[in-house]
Amino acid sequence: MPRDSIVLLGVNHKTTPLEIREKLALSGGYEEPLRKLGQLDGIKEHYLLSTCNRVEVLYTTENPAATKAKVLNFLFGNAVPGRELDKYVYHYENEEAVQHLFMVASSLDSMIVGEAQILGQLKEAYRFASEQKTSGSVLNKLLHKSFFAAKRVRTETQIGASAVSISYAAVELARKIFGQLDNKSVMLVGAGEMAELAAEHLVGQGVANVVVANRTLERAVNLARRFNGQAVSLDELIEQLEHVDIIISSTGATGTILSKKDVKPVMRERRNRPLFFIDIAVPRDLDQDINDLDNVYLYDIDDLSSIVEMNKAERDKEAVKAERIVAEETMKFSHWLDNMEVNPTIVELRGMADEICRFELEKTLGRMKDISPKEQKSIEKMASAIVAKMLHNPLQFLKSDNNRCVDRRERINMVRDLFRLDQQDDCPEE
Amino acid sequence: MSYLLFQISLVVYFAAMSTYVVFFLSQKNNVRQIARKIFLAGGLLHTLNIITRYLEAGHTPITSQHETVSFFAWAIVWCYLSFRWRYTVKNLGTFVSVMTVILMFIAALASREILPLVPALQSWWLPFHASVSIVADGFLALACIGGIMYLLQEREIKRKRFGMFYSRLPSLDALDKLNHHCLSVGFPLLTLGIITGSIWAKQAWGAYWHWDPKETWSLITWFLYAALVHQRFTVGWRGRPAAIMTIVAFLAVLFTLWGVNYLLGGIHTYAS
Repeated sequence: MPRDSIVLLGVNHKTTPLEIREKLALSGGYEEPLRKLGQLDGIKEHYLLSTCNRVEVLYTTENPAATKAKVLNFLFGNAVPGRELDKYVYHYENEEAVQHLFMVASSLDSMIVGEAQILGQLKEAYRFASEQKTSGSVLNKLLHKSFFAAKRVRTETQIGASAVSISYAAVELARKIFGQLDNKSVMLVGAGEMAELAAEHLVGQGVANVVVANRTLERAVNLARRFNGQAVSLDELIEQLEHVDIIISSTGATGTILSKKDVKPVMRERRNRPLFFIDIAVPRDLDQDINDLDNVYLYDIDDLSSIVEMNKAERDKEAVKAERIVAEETMKFSHWLDNMEVNPTIVELRGMADEICRFELEKTLGRMKDISPKEQKSIEKMASAIVAKMLHNPLQFLKSDNNRCVDRRERINMVRDLFRLDQQDDCPEE
Repeated sequence: MSYLLFQISLVVYFAAMSTYVVFFLSQKNNVRQIARKIFLAGGLLHTLNIITRYLEAGHTPITSQHETVSFFAWAIVWCYLSFRWRYTVKNLGTFVSVMTVILMFIAALASREILPLVPALQSWWLPFHASVSIVADGFLALACIGGIMYLLQEREIKRKRFGMFYSRLPSLDALDKLNHHCLSVGFPLLTLGIITGSIWAKQAWGAYWHWDPKETWSLITWFLYAALVHQRFTVGWRGRPAAIMTIVAFLAVLFTLWGVNYLLGGIHTYAS
C-alpha cells in the first residue's frame, strides 16, 4: 500500500507576473474555494493559502498526476492556456513540498525576506482549513511543524531583525530616537510618492498626527485627507517645526529649504524635544549642518540606503542559517512520514502476535485448574515476553534507517509476506 | 560569617555579570532570564551579608571603607531592581552588573576589620544619614549609567555608523527618561542626606556646617545636580549635554565618597 503523496501547487511573486495571478479564480474568503477543492476527485486532505504575493494549494492524494490537472483547472479555469501554466506554476511533491512550505512559513520565500506577516497569514489560512475539516492527520501535523520551523527561524536567527527598505529603515531609526511613536507627529514637506510611503509606515507604527506642507496647497490637502491630517503652506514650515517630531522632506527644490540657523531657535521653543529629519529629496532639501545640533538628527537618502545595504548583507548571512533550520525540520518531518508508512504493519504484526498469545494462553490456562492467581500471572508474563522477544528483530528490521540495502517499501512487503499479514482472509492455505 | 556571605555574593554577582555579557552579545532571551535570576540571588545574598555584618558589628555597617563601598554596590543593585520592577530599559542590567562587580572588588580590597565606633558616630543619626546618602548615590549612579548608555547610543545615531550598540541599546527617549526618573528620586534623597548630616553635625560637633572637605564636596555635588535638575525642569535640558552633566556630577559623587578621604582628610574621615 503506497502512501499518499503530499503535493504543493502554487504561484508567487517570483514565478508569476501579476497579470496571471490576477486571473486566479479565487474570490474573497477561504470557505468557498476550500469547499470546491474538496469536491475534486482524488484529493484527500487539502489546504489553501492566498495572500497578495502568493496562492498555494497543498493537498494529499494517491494520484498526483491526475489531480494536478484538476486543481489547475479549478484555479485558473480556462483563463490561461495549459502550456503557459507550466511556466508559471510551481509544483512540488513530498519532501520538496514540505521544504517549500517551511520556507514560506519562515518568510524565506517572501518578497521582503524575514517579514513577519506571512506566518500570521498562514495560521489564518490553516484556521479555515481546520474549521472546515479539510485538513487531516498529515496536513495538521505538517502545518503545525511549519509554524514550529518558523518560530525556530525567528528565535534562532536575526533574519527579521533589521530593516531592508528605505522607509522601514526610517521607521526603525525613529523608534530608536523616540521609543514609542504613538504620540508623535510627522510632517511631510513635499508630497512625493516615497514620502507618502514612509508616512504610511510611520502611521502604521502608531504615529498619531500627519501634517502635509506642499507648494501647491491642493495636493497637500488631498494627501492630508488620506491620513486624516492637516495641510499647511510651505511658508509655515519653520513655525510647524515647533509642533512636529519627524520631518520627511522630498521637495523638488534646487537649493536647501532649511538651514541650521533656522532650526536652532526652534529647539529652544521645543524645550529640546528631539527632532528627526529625513531628507529623501535629490538634490537635498536640508542643510547637512542641521545634524550638528543637539537632539536633532538628520538622515538623507544616502545614509538610509547605506543602512539598508548593510542590513541586506547581514540578512543574507542569517538566511543561510535559517535555511539550515528549514532543512533540519524537513528531515524530521520526512522521518515522521516514513514511520507513518511503517506504522500500520507494526500495528497488524503486534495485533496478530497478541491474538496468538491470548488464544494459546486461554487454551493452556483452561486446562490448569489448581494454580494460584500468582502462578497464572507468571505464565501470562512469560507468554508475552516470548512474543515480545520474537517480534523484536522483525520490528527493528522495519523501523531501522540503517538498513540501506533494502528499501523501506520492500522491507514492509517482506515482513508482511513472512507473517502472512495480507493473506489471512483472502487466500486460504493450499 | 558575614565575610563568607560577602565573598559568595561577589562570586554570584560576577556570574550574573558574565551571563549578562553573554546575553548582551548573543541577545538570547533565555540567557537574560537566567542572568536576571542570578543577579537577584546576588542581591539577596548581599542583603544577608549586610544584615549579618550589622549583627556582628553591633552598629550600622557604613563606617569603614569596605562597608561603605559594599553598601554602595548594594544600593545600586536594589535601585536597579526596584527600577526594573516598573520600567524595562533594554540591556541596562548588563551595565549595572559590571558597575556592581567593580565596586564589590574595590570593597573586597579594602580592610574588612570591624572597627569600634568612635564616639562621634554613636548616634541613631548614623544609619539614617549614611544610608540615605548612599541610596541617593545609588540612584545617581544609575543615572550616570543611563548617561553613558545615552552617549554610546547617540554617538552611533549621530555618526550614522551602527556598531554593536545601536541594536542592543534602548531608544534615546528611554535612556533620557531613565536619567530623568533617577534624578527625580536621587536628588531629593541627596538633599535629605545633606540636611540630616547637618543636623547631626550640630548635635555631634556643635555647629551645622564646618566646611570640612567632605561637606564642601557634598555641597559642590549638590550644586551640580541642582543645576542639572533645574535646567531639566525649566528649559527642558536633555540629551547629550544632560548626559555629560550627569556623568560629571557623578564623578563628583565618587570624589566626595573616596577622593576626599584619601586626598583631603578632615573630620569626616573616620577609618584610615
